[in-house]
Amino acid sequence: MTEKIQGPQDPAVLPTQNPTGASAQGATGLVTQSPISRAARPSTEPIPEVRLKGARWWREVGWRHVIGVIAVLFAVFPVVYIISAAFNPLGTVVATGLIPTAFSLENFDKLFTTPGRPYGRWLGNTLLVAFVVTFVQVLCSALAAYAFSRFRFKGRRGGLLTLLLIQMFPQFLAAIAIFSMFTTIGEVVSRLGLNTLAGYGLVLFGGALGQVWLIKGFFDSVPKDLDEAAVMDGAGHATVFFRIILPLVRPIIAVTGLLAFVSAFNEFLLASIFLRGENVKTVAVGLYGLIDQDRSNNLGVFAAGAIITALPVVILFQYLQRFIVGGITAGAVKG
Amino acid sequence: MVATTTPTRPASTGPEPAPTPVRRSGTTTALIAKVIGLGLVLGLAIAITPTLVGQGRWAFLAIVWVIAALALLTYAGKRALPAKYILPGTLLLALFVIYPVAMTAKASTTNFGDGTRQSQQETVVQIIASSVVQTPDAPRYTMTVATEGSVTDGPFTLFLVSQADQSVFKGTPEGLETISPRDVTLTNNAVTAAPGYTILTPQQVNAANAKINDIAVPTERGAIRPLGIRQAFEGTTTLKYDEATDTITDTQNGTEYKPVKSGDREYYTSADGKRLSDQSWLANVGFDNFQRALTDSTIRQDFIKIFIWTVVFATMSVATTFLLGLGLASTLNDPRMKGQRLYRSLLLLPYAVPGFISLLVWSGFFNKDFGLINSLTGLDIGWFTSTFWARTAVVLTNLWMGFPYMFIVCTGALQAIPSDLKEAAAIDGASGFTQFRKITFPLLLVTVAPLLVATFAFNFNNYNAIALLTEGAPFAPDNPAAGGTDILISYTMRLAFGAGGAQLGFASAISVLLFVLTGVIAAIQFRATRALEDVN
Repeated sequence: MTEKIQGPQDPAVLPTQNPTGASAQGATGLVTQSPISRAARPSTEPIPEVRLKGARWWREVGWRHVIGVIAVLFAVFPVVYIISAAFNPLGTVVATGLIPTAFSLENFDKLFTTPGRPYGRWLGNTLLVAFVVTFVQVLCSALAAYAFSRFRFKGRRGGLLTLLLIQMFPQFLAAIAIFSMFTTIGEVVSRLGLNTLAGYGLVLFGGALGQVWLIKGFFDSVPKDLDEAAVMDGAGHATVFFRIILPLVRPIIAVTGLLAFVSAFNEFLLASIFLRGENVKTVAVGLYGLIDQDRSNNLGVFAAGAIITALPVVILFQYLQRFIVGGITAGAVKG
Repeated sequence: MVATTTPTRPASTGPEPAPTPVRRSGTTTALIAKVIGLGLVLGLAIAITPTLVGQGRWAFLAIVWVIAALALLTYAGKRALPAKYILPGTLLLALFVIYPVAMTAKASTTNFGDGTRQSQQETVVQIIASSVVQTPDAPRYTMTVATEGSVTDGPFTLFLVSQADQSVFKGTPEGLETISPRDVTLTNNAVTAAPGYTILTPQQVNAANAKINDIAVPTERGAIRPLGIRQAFEGTTTLKYDEATDTITDTQNGTEYKPVKSGDREYYTSADGKRLSDQSWLANVGFDNFQRALTDSTIRQDFIKIFIWTVVFATMSVATTFLLGLGLASTLNDPRMKGQRLYRSLLLLPYAVPGFISLLVWSGFFNKDFGLINSLTGLDIGWFTSTFWARTAVVLTNLWMGFPYMFIVCTGALQAIPSDLKEAAAIDGASGFTQFRKITFPLLLVTVAPLLVATFAFNFNNYNAIALLTEGAPFAPDNPAAGGTDILISYTMRLAFGAGGAQLGFASAISVLLFVLTGVIAAIQFRATRALEDVN
């Protein structure tokens, strides 16, 4: 199993190891294992080195670099712009260009010190919600996936198909009813109503079974002999789940966890309905309010906030690149 | 979680081996977890019951106890093993996805919205109660505002101490209730504490003034209404409601007010067309909302225009990202190229940046006067003032956000295509392009087709892409409801939560239509993948 963690860097490899027939996460698709994705990856086998030179190199390889560089420029320029804006002490749209003209940490300073704009709080709220939601989603999904993978019971196939179907309808389509529902809940338990982080988190728990398909596929790949052997040794089914199967599928837990985390992190629609008070806002709603208030003068502060928010996520993505690549090739769509 | 004795265990003829320590600890942990978990669920259910009974929320109460019973049934016994694993997630799914969907469908047949949140009965009581006038001999009360909910939004309860005989009452819009002075803390003939309630400070009462001043506690003589922040009076009314004929009569001049329909709402209106109150109520309107969406000329025009743009937007998003991603993947996927990993890392960047940040940054790029796009290209386009350019901006931004995904997907698919197929084609004399068109592309499509459909489905409801970039702009001056870049979901959200007053019933109807459309896409997705046969 560690093989999966340390698998080759090549993105094409993970999907072929991915035994799932389908996947999950938000608006998702499912991928049947097509014959080609099961095949080995022959085209990347190293070809005997032939050094190309001059015109021939340009014709066959060089132009690819030209296109690659243009594509990278297209991909990177907004990021460069954010960085330039964040470190620009003037912090206005007019004064900001692609190329940084000045360097100062003033915007970062303002971000944390301006009264009535608790950026640190927003970030904390987002992290709290995202972590709790991720934990609940991965745990509930893994539990259900275990049942679907290991037990045979009435309604099992129907249940799996229903899950697949429900996942195709984004939860926020029912935002109006969720809004009414939490108005009522708030009248009974005010801590869980609208404008509370707890209520908002609770709504996101609705996606608790979002990762069942992805995880089940991996559970299916764990040989049943393993749990049977444990059962022989007197282990109960809970022990088998928590002590034997779960540790074996750690990589997929990491991937689904990351997917769930990023999707909770990026959630904007329900947050904008739920979280109106400055102190309960998430970063998404908070930064939106910031830029919406004054598009030209708040740019620097917004950019500083954006960098602090995005940096950990971007690093995580680069670090877990091959897992994510495997995940999205299996059909996950990120918002 | 519970560890049961395993029925699959083969009967052994030899002496039973002593239970291993692993198992014993497992069982104990499981038992403790089970007891704590069930205790917690039951405790919460019991704790919340009095409040629910007090507020008369019977459906809520039923749901709470059904959940508690399900938990008890599933975890207390040794049977229903799969259910033990499936229940937690399923409950959450049912409560926060399936139930809201059903409620959306229900709301879509009503006129639910601002001014129609209450039942007709509550509205009548309120109209009559708020019509009271203060007479010189009106009884006065010392008032304390309290709440069981939030100090800003209520619901508010008035604790009243009669200034005539010091008896204590508890008043809500539902009615007046005499309470024993021993149940509350009285200081200077005013209630200063009550168990279960938060007492509002005078500042808080002032802040929530608008809501508190509207409170009218119906009584036999008329109603008790707040007078300032510490007092209340019992006023009398001249209005009388007759349930049999559904008429409110002003006994002073004999004017009769009957419900008259206006739009999707009814108001009590006199014969000469004078409205008694602008307060309407929640009513069932059947399929009127749907009919309105499809037949009302302005709305239908909006709806059709938005629907078409939604499809175009989703299609364009898929097509542009796929073409760019595929082009880049074919270009960069050459084993002779150096630095592929670096290219891949950098090209992944737009995908890694949190979506809402990218969208907000891009929305700044399109600023007409100072935006990066105009200043880099020397153009002078008012991006968000013309529908065409605003739509271009949306697609362009979505291209930036989405092409890395397609690039990765296509790279993976390309690398999985066996090279001997291409070699065979080359030997047969196929040119590079023919190889691509006849061999590579069809094989690639097999893998990525389901992902293309999934991306389409995602963009069909891609609220963020519109709300954070253009907010639906541009709007025609005479039509603030539907903007040039609005897709169905952003249009629905504006109807429901926008500035123009919440039309929740109508927005729910559009949501239901969205559900149907999403369902159609889902069916196509199912077909595209044929994964159904593989379920095992």
